[in-house]
Amino acid sequence: MNNYELMVIFTPVLSDDEFKSQQKKIANMTTDAGGIVVAENAWGLKSLAYPIQKKTTGLYWVLEYSAAADFVEKLKIQLLRDETVLRHLCTKLDKYAVKYNARKRSGVKSSQQKAMEA
Amino acid sequence: MAKNEIKYLTAIKTDKRVKKFCRFKKYGIRYIDYKDVAFLKKFLNEQGKLLPRRLTGNSLKFQRKVSDAVKKARQMALLPYVTDLLQ
Repeated sequence: MNNYELMVIFTPVLSDDEFKSQQKKIANMTTDAGGIVVAENAWGLKSLAYPIQKKTTGLYWVLEYSAAADFVEKLKIQLLRDETVLRHLCTKLDKYAVKYNARKRSGVKSSQQKAMEA
Repeated sequence: MAKNEIKYLTAIKTDKRVKKFCRFKKYGIRYIDYKDVAFLKKFLNEQGKLLPRRLTGNSLKFQRKVSDAVKKARQMALLPYVTDLLQ
């Protein structure tokens, strides 16, 4: 069971409950396939740095989960087929990344912030 | 007048060059988050291009991690590929 982090940009035309249902759909997909959803973080509407498919804003959503290795491929096919998803990025998290995310969620001032001040 | 005015042939190098350090080794950062845009912006110049190692002072291992993170951020439209004035 590897740790992964999935970031998805949905089209901004989605209404709020559609946005939630999309999130639930993907989260359920991971749990059905035997994965565990570690954390979910919806950033909501954010302006994109450059237009994607003629849209300048997008609904960002980040999902941290751990699943079997072969699940990533299934998830990718679903996401590519889904037309409400503008773009998605699935990254594998190593142990430092998992620790970083855990600390960031628990609000401890991570070393990143310390380095930011420097 | 000429006695106390000593003219040197070459200018004395007065500015002590600040010793660059790799901030990741110094502060013990092991993971560079591609979502942390404000932190990544420190490694980009005005056009949004990656700064070279000799300017950022990063070690090779972490400069590669920074470039991977920036490329992921660009892919997810958190950072522009090219821009004129990056705040």
